Amino acid sequence: MSRITKRFAETRSKGRSALVPYVTAGDPSPDVTVPLMHDLVAARADLLELGVPFSDPMADGPVIQQACERALSHGTSLRDVMGMVRVFREHDQDTPVVLMGYLNPVERMGVEVFAEAAAAAGVDGVLMVDLPPEESGDWTGVLERVGIDPIFLIAPTTTDKRLRQVSAAARGFIYYVSLKGVTGSQTLDTAELGNRLESIRALTALPLGVGFGIRDANTAASVARVADAVVVGSAIVQLVTRFPQAPEQFRAAAADLVREMRAAMDKARVAEVPAPA
Amino acid sequence: MKQEIDWAAFPDARGHFGPYGGRFVAETLMGALDELQAVYEKYMKDPQFLAELDADLQHFVGRPSPLYHAERLSRELGGAQVYLKREDLNHTGAHKVNNTIGQALLAKRLGKTRIIAETGAGQHGVATATVAARLGLECVVYMGAEDIQRQSPNVYRMRLLGADVVAVKSGSRTLKDALNEAMRDWVTNVDDTFYIIGTVAGPHPYPAMVRDFQSVIGREARAQHLEMTGRLPDALVACVGGGSNAIGLFHPFLGDTSVAMIGVEAGGEGVATGRHSAPLCAGRPGVLHGNRTYLMEDDNGQIIETHSISAGLDYPGVGPEHAWLKDIGRATYVSVTDDESLRAFHRLTRTEGIIPALETSHAIAHVLALAPSMRADQSVIINLSGRGDKDLNTIARLEGIEL
Repeated sequence: MSRITKRFAETRSKGRSALVPYVTAGDPSPDVTVPLMHDLVAARADLLELGVPFSDPMADGPVIQQACERALSHGTSLRDVMGMVRVFREHDQDTPVVLMGYLNPVERMGVEVFAEAAAAAGVDGVLMVDLPPEESGDWTGVLERVGIDPIFLIAPTTTDKRLRQVSAAARGFIYYVSLKGVTGSQTLDTAELGNRLESIRALTALPLGVGFGIRDANTAASVARVADAVVVGSAIVQLVTRFPQAPEQFRAAAADLVREMRAAMDKARVAEVPAPA
Repeated sequence: MKQEIDWAAFPDARGHFGPYGGRFVAETLMGALDELQAVYEKYMKDPQFLAELDADLQHFVGRPSPLYHAERLSRELGGAQVYLKREDLNHTGAHKVNNTIGQALLAKRLGKTRIIAETGAGQHGVATATVAARLGLECVVYMGAEDIQRQSPNVYRMRLLGADVVAVKSGSRTLKDALNEAMRDWVTNVDDTFYIIGTVAGPHPYPAMVRDFQSVIGREARAQHLEMTGRLPDALVACVGGGSNAIGLFHPFLGDTSVAMIGVEAGGEGVATGRHSAPLCAGRPGVLHGNRTYLMEDDNGQIIETHSISAGLDYPGVGPEHAWLKDIGRATYVSVTDDESLRAFHRLTRTEGIIPALETSHAIAHVLALAPSMRADQSVIINLSGRGDKDLNTIARLEGIEL
């Protein structure tokens, strides 16, 4: 059983929704990332999502674009990101880590070389934003051979037919993009989200994580009522710019936000746990 | 070529040209691309749609564009006869309108009320703003902040036509960043918005669709050359940024194995300096902007900044069909520097009385070297893809002249 599957089994059995903070690796500088990951876990994050910086993050809004630019200004490479996971694993063997990024840096390294290095570093799942199942070829096979879960996105525009296809290729969990738009977009209709997740659950048994548009503890709490996991990215990453000269204060603020969201989610989610399919 | 290729079989149903092309986008766009593919396949077989397209090309764009025998230039070069396919004479001054007319008609049939586009030199932006004005559609054009500086006449033209020109300040502030930003807009407004991509790149079906709309160039040129000379040309030469004017000229000739095809990339300050925009000559395959193709990237797979005197060629990728034609050897790709293209710009202007775009000047520069090595009974067609009015400020500045 993968670390991701194990973690979702735990959170489900406790009737709680997992909290998944996203940070861009190497932002604001490479030395901040590993301590930040530990801070987020201490603030009760259940899984961590680590963004691999890319020069052309087409699916990301301005907050994560700028995070990528900051990380790339320090030359943060895919190899460096895996190095950060390896160092993180020296002190944390339990918290699942998912890499999220774009295909080109992985292809440049070579998919097999990447998969082996990522597994050796302690990466548990990989989500390539611009790699839909139609183009993924042997991608899922290569990852599974080294014990890494291929994570895929689904969107409000995904048809049932494609949802079955995604569900067949995906492992670990499915990441539901909660709105049309790029990361960091504004509005999220949580009532509509509940209906949509219910119809998705009819087609897949995998846990459903929800991301895009979750900016504060209140939204996190209402998403937690209907989703297996709440992914928070831009709201954390934008804290970097509030403390441009003080990365320790950024780390503290990020941990505070995660703690606040976790508390709100726990409060919101009492009896009404969506039954695992 | 060792064996006959069925050119009509490319791309395959999922948009692949051999290993290139495809559809590498975030999930939110997959539905919209399926819808676009279905409507494009349906209407490209619909006689009424095709008749409407033809009528617009004739009466609004001014097609067919002439194939002009550049006799004085040919004589001076002392080799092959040089013919110019005059896409610069189209309404809006470049080949770009062939495609925007077609895509706008599709947008209308899909019931979309808002058009978005990316632009580099501004030619595609102008051509998009033009058709949007004509159809009464809202139009937003994304343009790199640096390109807005160097192509200010086109920015003003777009604004006159009612388009909202948005300056893109991320990344290298050029065409690739404008494309990123247009994609982000599309993913956000996918319900009411039609994205008119200006080149033969992007996710399937764009490379095939834009090629099909631009192939009118090659169909006309082939018939015109046969009529004028009784034979096929020996070579076709076109500049390649994303590659839409080149594929438009090349595609109808792919089965004519005697016809050589040469795409000319922007060599910038010279390929050896690294300051260029020549992914086919000096890049390697990767994935960007929804398709697999040749790219300019660093050792870590990050896209690197490109350089060209010409904003329209200043792009780190290239259409996937060109990547494939290169690999199978059906077309060859060379590069020409900023300086060479500037000299070609002046040469054509003074010899034939035609002021070409800086993009187009790259193709002309290659022919200045190629034609003398050929016989006088041979011929070369250059795709004269655009006129040079938009570049006058750039050229004047380089020559220290205040306009």
